[in-house]
Amino acid sequence: MSIPHLLVHDPKDNVGVVVVENLKAGTEMFGVITANNTTFSLVAGADVPIGHKVALCDLHTGDTAIKYGEDVGKIVADVKKGGHVHTQNMKTKRW
Amino acid sequence: MTNQTMTGWRRENGRVGVRNHVIILPLDDLSNAACEAVAHNVKGTMALPHAYGRLQFGADLDLHFRTLIGTGSNPNVAAVIVIGIEPQWTGRVVDGIAKTGKPVEGFWIEQHGDINTIASASRKAMELVQWASELPREPIDISDLWVSTKCGESDTTTGLASCPTVGNMYDKWIPKGIYGVFGETSEITGGEHLCKARAATPEIAEKWYAMWKAYQEDVIEAHKTDDLSDSQPTKGNIEGGLTTIEEKALGNLEKMGHNSKFLDALEPAEAPSKGPGLYYMDTSSAAAECITLMAAGGYVIHTFPTGQGNIIGNPIVPVVKITGNPRTVRTMSEHVDVDVSGILRREMTIDQAGDALINMITRTANGRLTASEALGHREFVMTKLYRSA
Repeated sequence: MSIPHLLVHDPKDNVGVVVVENLKAGTEMFGVITANNTTFSLVAGADVPIGHKVALCDLHTGDTAIKYGEDVGKIVADVKKGGHVHTQNMKTKRW
Repeated sequence: MTNQTMTGWRRENGRVGVRNHVIILPLDDLSNAACEAVAHNVKGTMALPHAYGRLQFGADLDLHFRTLIGTGSNPNVAAVIVIGIEPQWTGRVVDGIAKTGKPVEGFWIEQHGDINTIASASRKAMELVQWASELPREPIDISDLWVSTKCGESDTTTGLASCPTVGNMYDKWIPKGIYGVFGETSEITGGEHLCKARAATPEIAEKWYAMWKAYQEDVIEAHKTDDLSDSQPTKGNIEGGLTTIEEKALGNLEKMGHNSKFLDALEPAEAPSKGPGLYYMDTSSAAAECITLMAAGGYVIHTFPTGQGNIIGNPIVPVVKITGNPRTVRTMSEHVDVDVSGILRREMTIDQAGDALINMITRTANGRLTASEALGHREFVMTKLYRSA
């Protein structure tokens, strides 16, 4: 298997993690869902640093971000499929 | 690899240590200078300066004594000199440590002054370190090990790689009879339903949940001025791609592994008492505070997953660093004991990573200095519950 650009914990997740350095916008990313080893491809919508998340589908304000198959926060600004998901468009539901 | 022989020191009370330290332990902030002077005079001893020990009361004072007595009682410590400003509280720490049967002697500064105290304590410290230096290592069993865990400067790679590596080690070694412990109460937030479900009994689940809820109400809600997004996740966590406490908590909980239930929810610095297995300890998520409390609970090796590169160590417990972040391996490799970045490249399985960690724990038990030991990281930080009287 070639080296993945993107890892996803669970089939239910709507965000994945970039696991390579210097990923550029427009890259056709090779993704793997670690829970079941299924693969997919997705075009990066932005330059995304290693460790940061991308949207696996279009996400809208008010949506719940799902990672590990669990609720990890709320989407607070729309983000397109392949876009960078971080503090600019996602917040905690706690505290 | 897992059958490699391990050696350590079996102490007077039967517990096994993997280091053979002679420590000079201050009761209070006032006694740090004398302790550091003794450690300077007598090579091979180590002072553990800290900031507290005056006018504390109630649960906070109890925790102060439990932490100092637990630190001195840790089987990685062969012998202890305690120095305090006055004899009564000094004696309380000495008496607590003496229950292990190891050599311990107290000195106090009032009516002697620093210089005479340092002279007397140095003579005793020299006797103890020469005695300890002749104690031989002997073969030990995996089941003699108490292995703690806490992660730091986490990022999204810790949840993918280094935390599951620790979980895999616990899944392999808890059935062999080790004691494990995890904690970081605020950092379970978002995964509390998953943690609660891993308690061994409904009673322990409720005890744990009350502990978690008290931290939320008495610490976070009572003192917060915003949504903690400037503190938890930390700036390092955010640089590494973690956005929320929920996301951080779910990665953190990977350290539990898949198979073990936790046998008790321990107070900070409390020693486990329900036999071998996994435990929870109520701790802050700040690395030095947490590891200091776990060491005081009796744990002798610490496993520390990191993403962005937390460089923490501990004076008496070797801290084994594990990272899955290839940038951290590339830019600060001197802080990394176990590189599991192959997991992200799908070149290494979690099972292989767990074996690599077990191999490194074994080498560490046998005397290999960890990165934090070689670099002199000796962070010893007492947890303080509230302001002094």
